[in-house]
Amino acid sequence: MSKAVLMQGNEAAVEGAIAAGMRFFAGYPITPSTEIAEMSALRLPQEGGKFIQMEDELASIAAVLGASAAGMKAMTATSGPGFSLMQENLGYGAMAEIPCVVVDVQRAGPSTGLATSPAQGDYMQARWGTHGDHPVIALSPSSVLETYTLIIRAFNLAEKYRTPVIFLMDEIVGHMREGVELPDPRTLLINRRKMSFHDGANKQCYFVPEGEYVPAMKPFGQGERYNITGNAHDESGFPTNSHEIAGRLVTRLLDKIDKNVDDICRVEEYAMDDAETAVVCFGGTARAVMSAVLEARRRGEKVGMFRPITVWPFPEDRLRARLGSLKRILMVEHNHGQMLREVQRTVGGSVSVDFLGRVDGTVITPDEILAKLSEKEGEKHAQ
Amino acid sequence: MPSDLVHLYMRIDHLPQMWCPGCGNGVIMRDVAVAIDELIHDEESGVNREDIVIVSGIGCSSRAAGYLDFNSIHTTHGRAIAFASGIKMANPRLHVIVLTGDGDCSAIGGNHLIHAARRNLGLTVIAFNNDIYGMTGGQYSPTTPNGDKATTAPYGNVDRPFDIARLASGAGASFSARGDVYHARETIDIIKQAILHKGFSLVDVYSICPTYYGRKNKKGDAVEMLRWQKENLIPTARYYNMREDERADKKLIGILSYNDYPEYTEEYAKVIARSRESLKKNGGAKT
Amino acid sequence: MSQQYQMRFAGSGGQGVILASVILAEAAVICGFQAVQSQAYGPEARGGVSKAETIVSREKIWFSKVLRPDFLLALNQSSLNAYAPSLAEGGVVMIDDSLSAAALPEGTRFIAVPILRTARETVGKAFTANIVAVGAINAALRLFPDEQLAEAVERHIPAGTEAINRKALAAGAALIGAETARAFARSWE
Repeated sequence: MSKAVLMQGNEAAVEGAIAAGMRFFAGYPITPSTEIAEMSALRLPQEGGKFIQMEDELASIAAVLGASAAGMKAMTATSGPGFSLMQENLGYGAMAEIPCVVVDVQRAGPSTGLATSPAQGDYMQARWGTHGDHPVIALSPSSVLETYTLIIRAFNLAEKYRTPVIFLMDEIVGHMREGVELPDPRTLLINRRKMSFHDGANKQCYFVPEGEYVPAMKPFGQGERYNITGNAHDESGFPTNSHEIAGRLVTRLLDKIDKNVDDICRVEEYAMDDAETAVVCFGGTARAVMSAVLEARRRGEKVGMFRPITVWPFPEDRLRARLGSLKRILMVEHNHGQMLREVQRTVGGSVSVDFLGRVDGTVITPDEILAKLSEKEGEKHAQ
Repeated sequence: MPSDLVHLYMRIDHLPQMWCPGCGNGVIMRDVAVAIDELIHDEESGVNREDIVIVSGIGCSSRAAGYLDFNSIHTTHGRAIAFASGIKMANPRLHVIVLTGDGDCSAIGGNHLIHAARRNLGLTVIAFNNDIYGMTGGQYSPTTPNGDKATTAPYGNVDRPFDIARLASGAGASFSARGDVYHARETIDIIKQAILHKGFSLVDVYSICPTYYGRKNKKGDAVEMLRWQKENLIPTARYYNMREDERADKKLIGILSYNDYPEYTEEYAKVIARSRESLKKNGGAKT
Repeated sequence: MSQQYQMRFAGSGGQGVILASVILAEAAVICGFQAVQSQAYGPEARGGVSKAETIVSREKIWFSKVLRPDFLLALNQSSLNAYAPSLAEGGVVMIDDSLSAAALPEGTRFIAVPILRTARETVGKAFTANIVAVGAINAALRLFPDEQLAEAVERHIPAGTEAINRKALAAGAALIGAETARAFARSWE
């Protein structure tokens, strides 16, 4: 008998998170993410961890940040409406540099939308949902196994860069079951946030040495004493009205990601070496794209797939590196053209960019992608 | 010269604090510091400094977290109790003290207040209740008395106010009390009991805001507002010795409700034990 | 994509078609196949239309949705009417024998068996209809060995219900005669 087991994407998110060391989950039920809360309620206490169902998503993200400040790897999971409610405190987490993972299993919106239908309309919200200039890391899996391994990476990046990481799933992957053989937990690489060695009051808890980007602090309750705030703050963590200090702080927070894109960005490329057309996609859309690309290759067409796994920051250098050999890009996503803007910005007119999108809650099929691929230039119509 | 208390428990390089002259918040902050100091010096209390976490939201009251030299976290508007819930769950050993305001905990954060009270999660919430939004310049809050004026109630407030202490006990808080600025000693003792209480505890501390609430409503200066507190807010022993008709327009300073409902993190520890028990029974099958 | 076997399971919410779909996908995984399972459902926990899909293949499955099922299980009339037209050429339909097969296109290969009645009367619990269906499907199509199918059922049912589900599985299999099994048995090669 095979060692593989049938596992749902949402379930893999929980198992992966637990393998990464997640020991606290606060959430509020919402389709299609609810299984993540249910599995966390079942599994966390078995691991000595804690689950709490909060009164709403505002409370969920706040409790997650609180638990993380007290030293636990913490996560919440939601979908569009709840993700909207969490936005303010995502900015808080970025500003106060508190690691956590926020899973958004996207569903069709706007508003309550189609609760059980797939979509990828939260892509831009994941980047710009909270106010102000802020750092963002967002990862998007396309299979059940990748959900498991990638959410471990989400925790690792959150810990390493002391920032919330958005795990941007979609209903396609969240509710899909696949046979998976999970890696041996002993082979996994697990990061832990940098800690200081300070005891007692620390007036420099947010101090970052030249050439580094991330402060080192102990969690609350381990002997180091300091203040955390969402206000612009100095190295002591105390609010400041100094424009100079505020400017330096926000710049460092942004540099933390911008100067480390090579470490943060991951892309899956399939058959790209000789491709003349790249189909760009992310998350569950890759399922239809891969079927279409394989079929196109069978027909002898030079088509490849370029799939950002790190969707924020958008891996623009990786895409730019492919532009020399490409004649055409087809962006396929379950929204009205969100990653499309990043692709267009990156390409800057050097390659023609076509688009296939969907906003009705149904899934784009391989045949539709093949049909779009076989459209000659000039036949394409704006979406 | 700052007192020893200030040197010991306040971040003196950030003083003087930003509150207006005559504001009651500084007194309440001091009451909290004295209460903690007395608990730290009382060996039986089991309270030590590194186990105290001060959590605040947004508003005048919430700046107190920054001045107090403990683990402190100044969070977003209304969410202090929710942050505190995560901190307490993550490490139940910690004494998690929420410093909040009437708007922070009963308007934008009202939902978190009633649900933390319902769960009986072992937090201590100190509401600096000044009947007004001070930070934004004097808008009415959920505790502004009916008929009073505010910048957003120029013709008088038509809302009916919350009694925060009663709200908390109605929601299931196992310890709900009222304090004020004038009766500092009584208030310190109430805060001490609240911190030592195992379940959810709330102290609704009546502050004074001469700058906005007082001026808008012709309540006089800080001294006059304190005189009003002295005459109308009555500590427990005296309150219960008063005749009913004498009490009619007075309010009790003291504990309003108290019980020993099971505390949430202790109940959750039992969940962990039960889950491991069933794991054993199922021969290690996790799901 | 031609190497895939695509199955769709449809009924009203509460009939357990999603679990039937999951169990067959699990059996495929246990037997070393690739399998992908997904579902679509409305807001109703009971009633409404519930649709689940399982794709089984020797090769990696990318696109996870079923467009033209090779097999359709329909447990109520509206789902039969809705999904019969999408059946792949040569596809097989299994319906509860209380349904009218009139909606099926001329020449459709179908099996009508008393799934709901068997669950109710032979097994004694209406909620076992999905397991009865799984037993009948596997007996008719010969997809997986009985042992692996039983293991798949055990992985997905609540503890304490093993006996009744074994009974349901057997009762489902018993609905398929040898002749039907010969006619519908499917080869993976």
